[in-house]
Amino acid sequence: MSKLDSKIPKGPIADKWTKHKNDIHLVNPANKRNIDVIVIGTGLAGGSAAATLAELGYNVKTFCYQDSPRRAHSIAAQGGINAAKNYQGDGDSIYRLFYDTVKGGDYRSRESNTWRLAEVSANIIDQCVAQGVPFAREYGGMLDNRSFGGVLVSRTFYAKGQTGQQLLLGAYAAMNRQINRGKITPYNRHEMLDLVIVDGKARGIIARDLVSGEIERHSAHAVVIASGGYGNVFYLSTNAMGSNVTASWKIHKRGAYFANPCYTQIHPTCIPVSGDHQSKLTLMSESLRNDGRIWVPKKKEDAEAIRSGKKKPNDLSAEERDYYLERRYPSFGNLVPRDVASRAAKERCDAGFGVNKTGQAVFLDFASAIERFGKERAGIHGNHNPSKEEVTKLGKQVIEEKYGNLFQMYEKIVDQNPYETPMMIYPAVHYTMGGIWVDYNLQSTITGCYVLGEANFSDHGANRLGASALMQGLADGYFVLPYTIGDYLSKDIKTGEIPTDTKEFDEAENKIRELLEKLINNKGTHSVDHFHKKLGQIMWNKCGMARNAEDLKSAMVDIKALREEFWRDVKVPGEMNEMNAELEKATRVADFLELGELFAKDALHRNESAGGHFREEYQTDEGEALRDDENFMYVAAWEYTGDPGNEVLHKEELDYENIEVKARSYK
Amino acid sequence: MKLTLKIWRQKNNKAKGELKTYPIDGIEGDMSFLEMLDVLNEGLINKGEEPVVFDHDCREGICGSCSLQINGEPHGPDRLVTTCQLHMRMFNDGDTIVIEPFRAKAFPVIKDLVVDRSAFDRIQQAGGYISVNTSGNTIDANSIPVNKHDADESFNAAACIGCGACVAACKNASAMLFTSAKISQFALLPQGRIEATERALNMVKQMDLEGFGNCTNTGACEIECPKGITLVSIARMNREFMSASLEGPLSNVWSKKG
Repeated sequence: MSKLDSKIPKGPIADKWTKHKNDIHLVNPANKRNIDVIVIGTGLAGGSAAATLAELGYNVKTFCYQDSPRRAHSIAAQGGINAAKNYQGDGDSIYRLFYDTVKGGDYRSRESNTWRLAEVSANIIDQCVAQGVPFAREYGGMLDNRSFGGVLVSRTFYAKGQTGQQLLLGAYAAMNRQINRGKITPYNRHEMLDLVIVDGKARGIIARDLVSGEIERHSAHAVVIASGGYGNVFYLSTNAMGSNVTASWKIHKRGAYFANPCYTQIHPTCIPVSGDHQSKLTLMSESLRNDGRIWVPKKKEDAEAIRSGKKKPNDLSAEERDYYLERRYPSFGNLVPRDVASRAAKERCDAGFGVNKTGQAVFLDFASAIERFGKERAGIHGNHNPSKEEVTKLGKQVIEEKYGNLFQMYEKIVDQNPYETPMMIYPAVHYTMGGIWVDYNLQSTITGCYVLGEANFSDHGANRLGASALMQGLADGYFVLPYTIGDYLSKDIKTGEIPTDTKEFDEAENKIRELLEKLINNKGTHSVDHFHKKLGQIMWNKCGMARNAEDLKSAMVDIKALREEFWRDVKVPGEMNEMNAELEKATRVADFLELGELFAKDALHRNESAGGHFREEYQTDEGEALRDDENFMYVAAWEYTGDPGNEVLHKEELDYENIEVKARSYK
Repeated sequence: MKLTLKIWRQKNNKAKGELKTYPIDGIEGDMSFLEMLDVLNEGLINKGEEPVVFDHDCREGICGSCSLQINGEPHGPDRLVTTCQLHMRMFNDGDTIVIEPFRAKAFPVIKDLVVDRSAFDRIQQAGGYISVNTSGNTIDANSIPVNKHDADESFNAAACIGCGACVAACKNASAMLFTSAKISQFALLPQGRIEATERALNMVKQMDLEGFGNCTNTGACEIECPKGITLVSIARMNREFMSASLEGPLSNVWSKKG
């Protein structure tokens, strides 16, 4: 029998959340002091949840593998955070943010969750400003906004190209206040390696102290997973080196269903791969598409000449350039959603128009913006007849104010000056919309185990819009979980502390000990990275931007074989009881090697194209994604049965009562 | 490129460390410094030796994890970059590169190139926040106007990534640049003024307790800071601390110092 009860409250969509909050059981402040909550991950979702739960009075323990909560990978988010504030008076509203998000997700997200996200978005900005987050402002002292892909309003709040950093430091500061009060105990340089279930409820974790190597038991009345996404299954991605699926995968193996693993976001504007040594890919914020124009040469000869260095991009006149996004999608132009922009770049490069040595890059050009801004700035200074040099100089100034840190980052990595010559960019794995299945309360199919942020599947459907990840992380952590978890914890006021000397903890700890010993004692011939890179190649070539049934079938076979090879032949130097970076990597890659197979299986079963999931067999004559609403308008939630290749599918049908489901068009 | 690396190896916090020499070949200019170390480690693992442990995570210069002292400079010879963004094109074929952990009494070595920077967290915990609870009804964000200059300056201070290069660069191992960055961020915003006194007193007190040295205005921190935090922050902190000492609860700061 399927356990998928999404627990969506009854009533009109705009009233659901308010009504639900009123119906939730509350916990008396004195009783909260007797309740413990474990939070895994200290990014925007985990950090904000930990701080808020501690403010409410619960005893919180946080875990992160980094040396400080401030280093969680939310810190790297660049462009901004959406909120339906309508400060620009351009017609924005909760409904429009909701509509854009559902449409952007290609009608594969849960309507009620997306509405709630849009509803609390404005509170996030108020909260962050109150905390002292230094958002960008206009000369009048008011908050500034910019636009992101897939929308026709300006609703994105930002702090230069470091919005994630500033928001995370806000959540980190809120955590610090609670650490100082003794309400949060931080366990940094700790990694969760398993979930402990007692009487059907999540009651604790097994963690490894990454400094001493010790295995530890921690108990709580509820466990919150906010450990981020699994993009590193591709080896190369914009994720941090340590970003991993382990916490999610371990709860999956303990009974939490994994939803839509094949929904992956390939971000269109990243710095292209430069060689085999590459360890990660660097994003260039989507905000750059506000002002940058994307193009390749119209003629193949020109593309070849640029690749071989015989021509420079600036040698080509406007007529010789193909601004293919503006050509194909006139109404959204360069600001089409990420999945659309990525596929369009791949299409041009596959057709032979790529512009770097490998043929896998397109141009992102700021020359028009520099000219436009330069004229505007000259006008503000009272110079209404500026020379070309003056315009260029002032234009570059404006661009530097808006994107300075991104331009600097590009120059350091590529060794070219993007103020003078167009940037070269190519799509890269960035975000995973799939994740652990949760109900309206963000509870997984394991009672007492909640999942937040990128780690859950809920709000973005098959494609996430830019500047919505920060919004979701903070919405879940600040404004959703602190309410919904109370309803569950209200039944635990008399439970008392959960003991850790029970058979359930014994069993879980022994299993982890065996796993680690097996890795250390394996003494094979290849490093962990060797296997991780191989997995990444399979994923990118067969489960990447475009997929087909044949490739996906062979990917499942390949991954299974690679997993077996890993367990036969991996070499992990060092000991268990010490700081051992290779051992950390090994446990993570072992889980990626299982997830990868499920990923391919999910992609294979979904016989349609939707958002980031593009199946070559299912496309329109113009090469756009072709959904099959009749057969696939559901969330695919997979149940672990002992083998990732043979998981059992459960379906949550999606109903759209407040939005008309139609073909997604940005033309 | 062919290089000679001299790398600090230390088994653990208790063990004695030493510089060990490793020749390395086949390094390309497009590699980042950490990718060069990846190549070294892959070779060491294949030879059955223990790889060099170093802190790193985002590899795009924002998480603040990476922390190497390269040829005597935190984050190496380039300016306004972290080690992960330092590229090998900054070096020449045949170079010898000395790689050590950040050195400071308050940053004990954990293993090889990894140091314990939790002192920074404790400084933040002492007051690096605005005491506002989470609720859905804090006042509308635009009801607190902030002039653009102050907002920009506040942002510039808030850009600190907490890497510790300022401490490693300082002959006194002072954490003034780090501490002052957070104090500056809040000092420049109206929201931050309310707790300004307590914040300045408590953060400075914690900074001293952790064993960081004092500032003697050498300015090395400013030069090595990968995020361009300037000495103006320290001046601002000194002003905040001075006025806090005059108006604040003096017992807080002086009683324990005796």
